[in-house]
Amino acid sequence: MHRVAIPRIGALAVWRAAARGFLRDGIRPEEVDWSGADTLFDRLPEASDQGRAGSSYTLSKAALGTIETALSHSDPDRYARAYQVVWRMAHGDLRFGDRSDPQMHKLLDHAKAVRRDIHKMHAFVRFREGPPHGERRAFAAWFEPEHPIVEAGTPFFAKRFGDMDWVIATPTLTATFKNGTLTYAETSDAKPPPDDAAEELWCTYYASIFNPARLMTRAMQSEMPKKYWKNLPEARLIPDLVQTAQSRSRAMQEAAPTQAPAFFEAIARAQDRAEEASPDAMEALRRRAAACERCDLACHATQTVWGQGPVDAPLMIVGEQPGDQEDLAGLPFVGPAGQLLRALAQDVGLSIDDAYVTNAVKHFKFTPRGKRRIHQRPNVGEVEACKWWLDLEMRLIKPRLVLAMGATAARALTGRNGAMAARRGRVEPGRHGGDVLVTLHPSYLLRLDGAAKVQATQAFCADLARARDFQRDSAQAVGDVAVGGGGTPGNGDLSGLHRG
Amino acid sequence: MAKRSLSEKLSILADAAKYDASCASSGGERRNSSDGKGLGSSGGTGICHSYAPDGRCISLLKILMTNFCIYDCAYCVNRASSRIERARFSVEEVVYLTVEFYRRNYIEGLFLSSGIIRSPDDTMADMVRIVRTLREQENFRGYVHLKTIPDASPELLDEAGKWADRLSINVELPTQKGLDQLAPEKDLTEIRKAMGEVRLRREASREKTYRGKRKAKFAPAGQSTQMIVGADGANDRTILHQSSNLYANYALSRVYYSAFSPIPDSSRILPLKSPPLVREHRLYQADWLLRFYGFEAGELADDGMLDLDVDPKLSWALRHRAAFPVDINTAGKEMLLRVPGIGTRSVQRILGARRHRRLRYEDLAAIGANMKTAKAFIVADGWSPGGLTDAANLRARFAPPPEQMLLI
Repeated sequence: MHRVAIPRIGALAVWRAAARGFLRDGIRPEEVDWSGADTLFDRLPEASDQGRAGSSYTLSKAALGTIETALSHSDPDRYARAYQVVWRMAHGDLRFGDRSDPQMHKLLDHAKAVRRDIHKMHAFVRFREGPPHGERRAFAAWFEPEHPIVEAGTPFFAKRFGDMDWVIATPTLTATFKNGTLTYAETSDAKPPPDDAAEELWCTYYASIFNPARLMTRAMQSEMPKKYWKNLPEARLIPDLVQTAQSRSRAMQEAAPTQAPAFFEAIARAQDRAEEASPDAMEALRRRAAACERCDLACHATQTVWGQGPVDAPLMIVGEQPGDQEDLAGLPFVGPAGQLLRALAQDVGLSIDDAYVTNAVKHFKFTPRGKRRIHQRPNVGEVEACKWWLDLEMRLIKPRLVLAMGATAARALTGRNGAMAARRGRVEPGRHGGDVLVTLHPSYLLRLDGAAKVQATQAFCADLARARDFQRDSAQAVGDVAVGGGGTPGNGDLSGLHRG
Repeated sequence: MAKRSLSEKLSILADAAKYDASCASSGGERRNSSDGKGLGSSGGTGICHSYAPDGRCISLLKILMTNFCIYDCAYCVNRASSRIERARFSVEEVVYLTVEFYRRNYIEGLFLSSGIIRSPDDTMADMVRIVRTLREQENFRGYVHLKTIPDASPELLDEAGKWADRLSINVELPTQKGLDQLAPEKDLTEIRKAMGEVRLRREASREKTYRGKRKAKFAPAGQSTQMIVGADGANDRTILHQSSNLYANYALSRVYYSAFSPIPDSSRILPLKSPPLVREHRLYQADWLLRFYGFEAGELADDGMLDLDVDPKLSWALRHRAAFPVDINTAGKEMLLRVPGIGTRSVQRILGARRHRRLRYEDLAAIGANMKTAKAFIVADGWSPGGLTDAANLRARFAPPPEQMLLI
């Protein structure tokens, strides 16, 4: 028979070294007595055997962690059981985590109970401040865990309270953290540290944060069992809070509402004054559109995405509807399709910043799927409802050319349906009386691959180039009339077109 | 007004914060103070340091910076027209309370909210100053949750996200109609815009720069919101649709539901009755099903309200018995998740165990499934529910016994 004495401090390392040695030497669980508490062990196999390849069985990290956690349980058979489990696993007789095996089940249950006890220790230790040790403030606590968890539970406090010294005493062991070093010793002074004035403030907080209209004492006790109460300063308030809860709650319901205080009227008057109409017509329109409820899209989207650009722009670019990113940012063409448009426009020398860009539909349409939003095409009713805003924008901007990107925009602007393959690249008469250049939507390009993508991109760029030529001509015209020399000829250098 | 003591202020400003349901302190950036130069740690699971007799956990120091407010939201105890005691913390007082409570291991950190004083920007700037002082002067590494003010400027939001772990904006009521009626100064669009802003900034902060550097973290523990249940006429379906919309739109970490509870000096337009706690509980259960079980909002409350007698998953199963019984040994993950009495962890264990062997009824009990509920809906080796799945009295087995109505 092999006897092992597991010490009170550093038990895990001793068990692990012993178990590893026994396993390597093929010593069966029945041959080991782990209860040698008061005798010196007969034989402790040497600790390190890592050099000998293949001589020992390797546990997964998760399995070893769980087993070691279970060893902090108070059950006297825990060391023997843990070795038995390891032995059986090493001999292919047991799979880790198999709950249908009673031994494994018990071990897993113990690990769970220990984890809970450690968690409660992290929650319910209450420090009281004492005289400082030099520069560092010093605190002490008294805690009574259910299991021997001091060594497993206290490193947490060293990470959390790194800039102060502290002592956590329990009926068995005491953990001391001084100048950044954590040590353990048998408890010599088994009593709680002296009072701390902060406890009064804490109790004030505890009593005030409790809502008497929602009394649920059972829920409280399932998470904060009575066994912990005697070391929690706030727990002494509980009986009184519970007793008076009903009458406090009833009093609240019965009390009639009182007159508003005097400052209330003054605040209301000040707020009325602040709300004044904007003189700018476009700004006024934007504000009205922000509150639009002409169709149901407004209930789901974040905001109305209004157009952007100079109000006197000769070129207007109209897309289909805002996407996920546009909806969040409140700006048109900031998502993937918008970025593609901007990149291609820059390639051909079309200045997007000088055009007024907007969408046929001003709200993002989607269906929620978990944490994502799946884009949906707006239906005819929604496009019709939103045309009201598009028409008002057109009336203010008075564009001389409109670039309609995609079928939805083309329909909203010309009033006509038709296959995009046939229409793209054509200038059609718009409902507003001006010209509409029909082209593809850049998001269509994002969905294509290979040769089709190259071809469609070329066609799209050709249309952008026509819009560029128009933009240049109109800039030239403005330049001729006004300052002169505003338009820059050729080479795609458009810096001269940008506003100062 | 006489100067109030710190204890008096704490009692007024904690009392004013108790209607906010949020208490989480989990997730976010991992930090600790093992370098000896700071105080606190965070990340991983949060810790509930105490429980109040209302059953709710106390994890954070939940206080208002001030309960003066220029808004007049009917459901709120701090509304401008309410005659309650008012108080205001200084920056130093909030910092002192947070650090001293934290050092004694009473809390995980700070949840700071505020009434709106002067203007949204002024209020937000004061709150940001508190968090910055905690982080910069006290080297505080614990958790901070900041309730942001929806109308505050983007620059202030940016700074708030830099110092705080979590940001939140309460939508308060699920519809604009409800807001118009009870919170005239609040605008659902403004709230959504602010949430959209937070989501964009969070996403931007996670992208690496082209040199591979990480940008400064922005609200690493995400954003959350709260809806009040039972103050206006919105039904559960509307509430759940609003929630799933918020989860999808703004990648919220949590939506909290707060049963409207009577407040001191209550407004005349509100129901004066006990808070609908069971309804609140069912909404949390339904919310869980939306997030972790693949249910959709429309499936759970198809006639408007959730069943108060049985939980929403069981209620769904009772209404869709044709989909059951489910064979534990062959069913896909999606269907296993829909079996009442079997949670996500049990599903993981079932799938894990199935790789090695077939499962019997007894194995499921060992795995941790609630067999009292599950047995009517499953087939396993050695178990068939027979007529139980279709039994007329199946619902009655789970629902609480009928209660005699009061005669008054």
